[in-house]
Amino acid sequence: MAITFKSVDFIYQAHTPFENLSLKDINLTIPDGSYTAIIGHTGSGKSTLIQHVNGLLKPTTGEVVVDDQTITGTTKNKELVHLRQHVGIVFQFPESQLFAESVIEDVKFGPINFGVTNEEAQKRAESALQKVKMPQEFWDKSPFELSGGQMRRVAIAGILATNPKILILDEPTAGLDPQGRREMMELFAELHQKEKLTILLVTHQMDDVANFADNVIVMDRGSVAKIGTPTEVFSDTEWLINHQLGLPSAANFAQKLISHGVQFKKIPLDMGELVDQIINLEGKGNRHE
Amino acid sequence: MDNIINVKNLTYKYANGGEKKALDNVSLSIKRGTWTSIVGHNGSGKSTLARSIDGLMTFSDGAITVDGITLSDDTVWDIRKRIGMIFQNPDNQFVGATVEDDVAFGLENLGVETAQMHSIVADVLEKVRMTDFKERQPDQLSGGQKQRVAIAGVLASKPKIIILDEATSMLDPQGRHEIIELINEIHRENNLTVLSITHDVSEAMLSDHVVVINDGKVVETGAPKDVFKDNEMLKITGLEQPFSAQLFDDLKQKGVFLPEELKMNEKGLEEWLWQSLLKA
Repeated sequence: MAITFKSVDFIYQAHTPFENLSLKDINLTIPDGSYTAIIGHTGSGKSTLIQHVNGLLKPTTGEVVVDDQTITGTTKNKELVHLRQHVGIVFQFPESQLFAESVIEDVKFGPINFGVTNEEAQKRAESALQKVKMPQEFWDKSPFELSGGQMRRVAIAGILATNPKILILDEPTAGLDPQGRREMMELFAELHQKEKLTILLVTHQMDDVANFADNVIVMDRGSVAKIGTPTEVFSDTEWLINHQLGLPSAANFAQKLISHGVQFKKIPLDMGELVDQIINLEGKGNRHE
Repeated sequence: MDNIINVKNLTYKYANGGEKKALDNVSLSIKRGTWTSIVGHNGSGKSTLARSIDGLMTFSDGAITVDGITLSDDTVWDIRKRIGMIFQNPDNQFVGATVEDDVAFGLENLGVETAQMHSIVADVLEKVRMTDFKERQPDQLSGGQKQRVAIAGVLASKPKIIILDEATSMLDPQGRHEIIELINEIHRENNLTVLSITHDVSEAMLSDHVVVINDGKVVETGAPKDVFKDNEMLKITGLEQPFSAQLFDDLKQKGVFLPEELKMNEKGLEEWLWQSLLKA
């Protein structure tokens, strides 16, 4: 499902003294099947942007088109039921939304709410729990007996059980330890590849952007400041620093070498590229000697 | 230097009875004026440890002494006066309608008189560089700014110890950098003892001392450059290698010669590499 924003403005609390323009003239297309990272510092409009994709927020002017559904300021929630089944949003700290008595009941809640039968919901829940690698022995336990990382997996399974085509993740690894973060990011990569989900990832982790995304949107003060591949976006290091955005750690280190006069062919985005280019530069020297 | 915190044989069992202990016979000492990072994976017991020190959780066995006072029901408020806690989510810590009100809140509770309160609030807001924002509402601030206000609120009550419970994990890179810098600054200038629970290896590398907790036990303590050298331990505890160590290991594996001491010294590795690459 492709996503298109056409001249979207969003005014927060319109017609009140608190009126505040949060999105300004957004025009962009997110291709079907892409893995798109949305970056920008706090308050840049990232969360406001993603909430437009399933109509949780509606444009004040302009339109959002997801697949064949157009969302404008006057679209009724009733018209969005179909769309919302296909767009799953995992909010920050989704584990705080768990409520059922058992893991499996919690995961079944979404599909049942969308009107599927109990048997079908059970099937989907089991499959979703397998996808997030939650062992069967936990399915009948209370979600509140699980660790933070496990609770988050259950919450994500709850979204997957609604069979989304688009998965929106708002800082899904915040607060997880390094290993938990790695496992979570691998899970999303797998869902992207095997289930062909379109993924929108809101993140501050530039290493995750470099390692996983094929498309990057940079938000700044409610506008799109840049769109491109990770290489395109991270090549303009000066611009990123001026916009108070970080670099992936490999690019950051390379940048320091560059400032001393070392010449890289292109900015390395991960450890593998950094190591290869250093070896390459060393090798060149050796041949000259 | 004396020990400002002593934890002896601390054991914490969950209320629902099970055999699993969140903390299992933990002993450690924190020297006055040092910056200590407590690391370990989610559920390792590190937050339980920090909260036990502040008397927020009642432990089953063991003893905690803070600034010479042994923690008990009678002394818990004396101890809390000496400790400022900063938590993960800045939004959950705001109580005032404006930045200024929020910082003053703690002082009002302590019964500080108005004139003195104004001067303390002005002073701590200056320290965290939030003076220009003093009349703003919390929802107009970024995450990093909110944490700075939370730190100002803590500084206002003049604690001897600051405990940060994953205080930077929800911030953007800029915000995280700002807070780490600020902590470092107030730690040095005010001789504050800092205890930081963190998953951020680059933050832990800046501290004086690292305590690794795994399954409720202290598994390693020492200077960050020694602790984070132990790849086997990092694997078991689910922690990350510092950037310099990853790069060092990968380059070495490909046959690049590097002096061993650069593995834990990112600046040194940078110097060595640019010099050798320019010569190449």
